[in-house]
Order: sequence, then C-alpha cells, then structure tokens
Amino acid sequence: MTTALLQTEDVTKVYKISTGIFKGKQSLTAANGINLDVNEGEVMGLVGESGCGKSTVAKIILGLEKATSGNVIFAGAPIAGMDRQEMSRRIQPIFQDPYSSLNPRKSIEAIVSLPYRVHKVGDKRAMQVRVAEILETVGLPARMRYSYPNQLSGGQRQRVAIARALMMSPELVICDEPTSALDVSVQSQILNLLLDLQEQQGLTYLVITHNLCVVEHIATRVAVMYLGRIVEEAETKALFANPRHPYTHALLASVLTPEPQLGLPETHLGIAYPNPIDPPSGCTFHPRCPQATDVCKQARPETRVEAGHLVECHHPH
Amino acid sequence: MNALLEVKGLHVDIPLEAGVLHAVRNVDIAVERGKTLALVGESGCGKSLSVLSIMDLLPSKAAWTADSIFFDGQNLEQVTAGQMADIRGSKIAMIFQEPMTSLNPCYTIGNQLEEALLRHKSVSRQAAQDRAVFLLEKVGITAATSRLKQYPHQLSGGLRQRVMIAMGLMCDPPLIIADEPTTALDVTIQAQILALLASIQEEFDMGMILITHDLGVVARIADTVNIMYCGQVVESGEANDLFETPLHPYTQGLLRCIPIPGKTNPGSHLGSIPGMVPTPIGDQTGCVFQNRCDYVFAGCMTTAVEQTAVASGRTYRCLLSPEKCKKNIKQA
Amino acid sequence: MMEATGPFKDVSFPTPMQMTFRQAKRHKGFLIGGTVLVLIILMALTAPILAPHDPYKQDLSNRLKGPIWHAEGTWDHPLGTDNLGRDYLSRVMYGARISLLIGVAAMLISGVIGTIMGVAAGYFGGKVDMVISALITVRLALPIMLVALAVVALVGGSLLIVVLVLGLMIWNRFALVIRASTQQLRAMDYVNAAKTSGCSTLRIIITEIMPNILNNLIVVATLEITRAILIEAGLSFLGMGVQPPLPSWGLMVAEAKEFMLFSPWMIMIPGGAIFALVLSINLLGDGIRDITAPEGR
Repeated sequence: MTTALLQTEDVTKVYKISTGIFKGKQSLTAANGINLDVNEGEVMGLVGESGCGKSTVAKIILGLEKATSGNVIFAGAPIAGMDRQEMSRRIQPIFQDPYSSLNPRKSIEAIVSLPYRVHKVGDKRAMQVRVAEILETVGLPARMRYSYPNQLSGGQRQRVAIARALMMSPELVICDEPTSALDVSVQSQILNLLLDLQEQQGLTYLVITHNLCVVEHIATRVAVMYLGRIVEEAETKALFANPRHPYTHALLASVLTPEPQLGLPETHLGIAYPNPIDPPSGCTFHPRCPQATDVCKQARPETRVEAGHLVECHHPH
Repeated sequence: MNALLEVKGLHVDIPLEAGVLHAVRNVDIAVERGKTLALVGESGCGKSLSVLSIMDLLPSKAAWTADSIFFDGQNLEQVTAGQMADIRGSKIAMIFQEPMTSLNPCYTIGNQLEEALLRHKSVSRQAAQDRAVFLLEKVGITAATSRLKQYPHQLSGGLRQRVMIAMGLMCDPPLIIADEPTTALDVTIQAQILALLASIQEEFDMGMILITHDLGVVARIADTVNIMYCGQVVESGEANDLFETPLHPYTQGLLRCIPIPGKTNPGSHLGSIPGMVPTPIGDQTGCVFQNRCDYVFAGCMTTAVEQTAVASGRTYRCLLSPEKCKKNIKQA
Repeated sequence: MMEATGPFKDVSFPTPMQMTFRQAKRHKGFLIGGTVLVLIILMALTAPILAPHDPYKQDLSNRLKGPIWHAEGTWDHPLGTDNLGRDYLSRVMYGARISLLIGVAAMLISGVIGTIMGVAAGYFGGKVDMVISALITVRLALPIMLVALAVVALVGGSLLIVVLVLGLMIWNRFALVIRASTQQLRAMDYVNAAKTSGCSTLRIIITEIMPNILNNLIVVATLEITRAILIEAGLSFLGMGVQPPLPSWGLMVAEAKEFMLFSPWMIMIPGGAIFALVLSINLLGDGIRDITAPEGR
C-alpha cells in the first residue's frame, strides 16, 4: 500500500474581510474542513472555479498561509513544526503567472539558483554546474542563464519557474494553474515536460486548475472543490466516466472540446452566483442545483465514500 | 452574398525601437448577417489589432491600411472620425474580455445602459430605460428594474458580462464584436454566456465576430473561422469543414495539442508545436510558419506564400497541395 | 526535416540595464537637468581650487561693486562684491557646497528612516502598518518650518542643526511611496517563490523587494534633496538656519534684501543659483521616473 505523502486533516481557513466602513469585519471561509490525501508518486488534481478555495489550500500546504484550524501532515510529520528551510527542500511550487513569478531585476541564473544559494549546498562553481544541468533538463539552452525575464517568452519563463522548483530535488511539487496563462501550443509543451519530469525524478504533483481537459490528461486522482469544500473525489477515470455530484456533472458538461458536432451544452445551472461571505444554508450548492430538494436547503450533506469514490451530496447519482 | 462586413488586405504596422512591427499583414475578414466568424489564434497573432483597426480604436502610434473595408454598404475608409464614432456603438457593438473593468464603477448599471442608447439616438429617458429593462431580461437577468439602480461592484463577473452584452444591444446594431468574452469567466458560466450570444444573434439577426484563442469555443459556436498566426490568416473556412479536415500544418498542430477527455490517451505525450512564434519586425522572407513546421522544404523559405482556395470561402496558406495536407492529418 | 532560419530576422531584446541607458540618452529633461547638476557639483567640488578669492575676506573699500556686465565691473570680481566687499563669485561657488551638502545629507538621513518605515509597513502590514501609518500622520501634522524654528530658537542655528532637523522631518514621502510600492510587490509570485525557497524575511526584503523599489526610491530622493535645499534657504533667509558668515545662498538672499532697489543683481544671483539647482534636480528626477517607468511587456 502506498503511503500518503501529504495529508490535510480538516484544514480550515477563515479570512476577516472588511465589507465597508460601517459594516465591520465579516468572515470569509475560503477553505472549510479540507481532507485531502496525496500518495507518493501520484498526480492529484484539485479542480474548481474561482472562489472555491483551491489556491488557499495550496498556499497553506506551501506554508505561505497559516490554517485557522486543522493540520497538514507531510511524510508523517506536521508541517506546523517543520523548519521553513527543510520544508523548502521537500515541497516546491510552480505558480500560474509566468510574468510575476520571476523577479524582473534578476538574471535567470540568480533566479534559478536561489534555493541552492539559500541552502548553501555548494560553492559558486558547483552552483553554476547545477544551473546548467537543470536548465537543460527543462529544455532551455544553458546560455539563457545570462538573460533577464523580459527577454523570455511566457513558455520559457514557465520553464525557468519549473527549473527553480526542481533545483533541490523536491518530493512534492504544487502546481497552481501551471499552464492557464500560456498559449495552447506552449501549454502542451509544458504539460509534456511535467509528465516527463515526474517519471524521471519520481515526483509527486498536486495540480490545481480549473481546466478539466488538462486534469483528465495528467491526473491520477481528482478532487472537485466548491465554495471551500471538497464535494467529490475519485480516480480520474471513475470521476469522468461517472460523476456523482451534480456540480461535477455540470462542470464536465461545460467543457468545450473542439468537436463542432456537439454544439453548446446545457448545464441547467441558473444564474445565481454564490457569495462566499454569506454562503447559502444547508448544501451550499442548492441555489444552482437542478436537483435541489427541501432537505438540501436545510442540512449539510454527509460525506459518503464508496470504493474510493467520495461524494458529498444528499442525492448523488 | 449577404456580406455585412467585408475587409480585404488589412495591414497594421506599429513602429518600435527595434524596427517596424508588422502586426497584421494582408488579412481578409468577411461576416454575414446572422452568422458568426471566429478569429482564432494565440497571443500576439494580431486578432485583436485587426478588429480594433476596423473600429478605428488603435493606439495613436499604430497605422493601418486596407485595400477595402465595406460595412453595410458603407466604405469605412472614407468616413471621418466623427462619423466613425457614430458608427461605433450604434452599428458596431464591442464586448471586451474583462467584465470587471469594462463597466465604470462610479455609475449605476441603468445609467450606463441608457447612455449607450442616448448617445446615438434622440429618444426620451423613459424610452431608454424601457429598452434597458427589456434587454436585461433578454440576457437572462431577473428583477431587471431593480438591477438598474445597482452598481457594477454589486454584480458577479458573469452578470457583468451579461450587462455588457445588453449594453451592446441597446442600439440594435447589425454587427457585434466579442473580444475573448468568456476567457475571464468560470467554465460553468462560459457555456451560458456563449449560448446567450448565440440565441441573441439569431433573434436579432446580427453578425458576430468572436475573437478567442480557445478552439473548443470556436468549434461549438462559430459558423466560419479564420485561423491567424503571427499576423496572417493561415486558414479559413466553415467551422465544421475546418475541424474535420484541417489543412494548414499550424491548424493541425494546434488541434493535436489539445487534450480531449475520452479521446487523447491520458498520461501520454500531447502533440506539440516546437519552437516559438517569431516577432514580425522587418521584412518577411518565405512562409511565416517555416521555423516550426514539420513539413518544411526549401521553397518555404523563399516563396511568399499566398492563400490557396480549395472551395468558395475555404482557403489555406501553404505551398503543399490540399491532398498532401489531408494525408498529413492521417499520418499524425 | 530541414532546419529553417525563420521568416523574420532575429531581433534580440535588450536587458533592463541596456534599455535604461538607451532611454536615458534620449530624454531631454534628464540630459539638461543632469548636465546643469553636474556643472553645479563640479563647481562645488572645485571651489577651493578655482574660486578667485577667499569668500570670507572683507574689503570695505571695494564694497557693492557691480558684476562684469555693469560699467564699473572688472574681471577681478566677475560677479561683483557684496556689502562687505566679499567676492560674490567665490561666495556663490562655496555656497553650492553648503546647499548640496545639506540637501544630500538630509536626504540620506530621511531616506534611511523613511525606507525602513515604508518597507516595514508595506511588507508586514497589520499592526506594524497601523503604528507606522499613525507615525506618518503625526509627522504630517507638524509643519516643518515651525518645528525647525522652534528647535533653532532653543539650541541656536547651525549647519549641523539644520541637517539634523531636516533629516528627522522630511522622511514622510519616502515612507508613503515605499510603503505603497512594497505592498504591491509583496503580492508578487516571485516573493512567494523566495519564501518557499527558504529565504529569511530580511533576505527577501533586501534581494527581492529592494531592487524593485529602487526606481521609486531614486525619484523620491531627488525630490527630497530639493525640498531640503529650499527649506534651508528659507530658514537661512529668516536668520534661523546657517549663520553668517557662511555663504549659504539663502543667507546671501537675506543679506541682499536691503540693497534690492539699487543693486538688484545682489539678490538675483543667489536666487538664480537656488532656482537653477532645484530645477536641475527636479528635471533629473522627472527624467529618472520616465526612464525607469515599468518597461511594457
């Protein structure tokens, strides 16, 4: 049995937002009791639309935000107690925007070698060798180390970000929308690279995205988030073949593939849009759900797990 | 032919420090009433600039020329700036990508909707308000009368985009241009907005130009497609035909890059187009796609490649014969 | 498959440094301001060598002689002599040293204070931001001139006092601008990347944030130099700043006040010098701001 490399136990994050001069601060629950297990060697996809909390979960795992409650356990030890430097050797991020993830005032060498220099692994010569090595691994010419980010294209910048993430040979890589800001032809290059690197270096990925086609292609397991909760989680094949939660159903139906004969899908979702500061009662999806009944308005649904397929719904398919 | 907008030989040049950037070269655009033309391409291909030049909304440094631009029978090259301002909004409506920044946060929705009409037609305020309510309901916004008093920040992204569509329709324009209208929206909202655009187009018999980089969107909603690459149209034709038999190597490459759930093998390598888009500064020698094409040969580097017409309205810009191109699809 | 050279000739994009230099060479304000400022600095630096006379040497038999463009002017005193017979040109040259010294010293002191406060407030936010913002508000409530006058009244005026008072008072603009810039930069992904690489907070501030606020910092620094110079001139004019016989330009304006009607050149020359210095620094600062404005992608 594979061991879970990463476990989040009931992770919750509540932000205090000021909603106006006289209204005082209100709470926004970005993540609400997230239980996520990522096994070693797996590619876990975390999907959801804007405001669902997936980026918040990523930030908590990376240590950029502190959870309001709950634990994150990495390789058996809670990250709350872990030294920041040690964590940075083992968990690394790849961010969405290739234009803001590289410091415009630093050369590529300085950017990529940052983790190396912070951990004082070797001298300057050793660092240069490693930089050349890692640039080659991600498909960039070694001479690019002297360039600056403004001279590179979006795809090249994302490769630099990947090189920086892999510098210290991490175990877990958190990819927050790694290809969303890239053109289609570049996107496929980066996805191929990520798949190759995973195989070559035995990495574990947590891929956060709203793009279901990408997730279906590279993830082994998928978790679907809605308004801070995981509403469905299963192996990719199972989830795409048999989505049990109405939201997952609508999400999959909304995917527009380049097949003209299929026309436009009807999602039956209505135009109500949830307000995360004032979420709906009971099951938070009920205002948009085509199958909502009275019980959905009143009570939060239980989490049901059947053969590795988790769903949180009163009336799952 | 029912051509609503017909542009031939559009060029847009932008002078830069490193030289003149030929952002758009020899582009033809044709839209009919009741039909949707999609301008598809990746970032930097010139699709937005093409449309902005038709609307005369380019930044001052940029210069555009065209062999001919005819809109609804009118020659747009001969109109004054004032006349063009009248046409914008009343005859050609434009919807932009970012619903969060397209509406002025200082004015109510009703105010902005009414202004769109009052600027062009002298009608009473009440008439403008009635039309605003009518259109808000058409775009699927309930309780329209009370919505008029709301401010943009009180609406979600999807609702704002619907308001933008309603605003575009205020003067009943025959042509609507949508520049990446759903890119900034969630996937579940995207399908709704696209369906809305399609139904409105049919009801009001409008022509639509849809600019996007998303081939999935194009496949589902467009009637005709222009595939743009680095400032040129490399393939055009009816959507069904183009997606079933893509001729140009770039189109074929793009379609191979997209993972399709149920069709592409998960975990396998996706098709990719090696290399990078060149920067069109200076003179062009040969085919624009030469440095990334799988089928490049000596002629590609020297010949200026023109459009080959396979059938009426179906063109592609490549030196290879149509039969060879069709064979390439099967080989890949 | 053949190797194609591409349809367009390869265009290389310059590095940020190269772009800055190219734009600097073309910017008129930057060049004019820079040139005048360099001239004034050279004048200040070479004053001991090039000044024709001792600026403190009085010669009452030779007082109030006009400059070279007057009938009585001689090349011995190209800018004439003041009411005590001191050579005006030498006084102007030595005065440049005082203005520049006060401007730069005050700017450095206030720059250090303001930058530390701005970075702390912008980066840490929360309570730190609250406290520092309160401090800035308090400082803004105090009028610099009155505080300077009060201090001078208590301990007497001198070069050192003026520099200290200015340095400890004019940091507010630094703090505000740096705070805003830091807040913007804090949200950048490369700051997050540095955190997840294991960088300490201090390292992040110095290596990731500071290089990116340098542009704004330089622009504010040039503005604060001019502010310091003008306030010093004002204080000296009121007799509360630098004390005679130091050739501060402000003091020279004050001393020339009585003779304004019959020897207007006495007041116009130091006044013109202050104007030239402040204008050149402002042009330079504007130029730097234009040149280092965010390079469009």
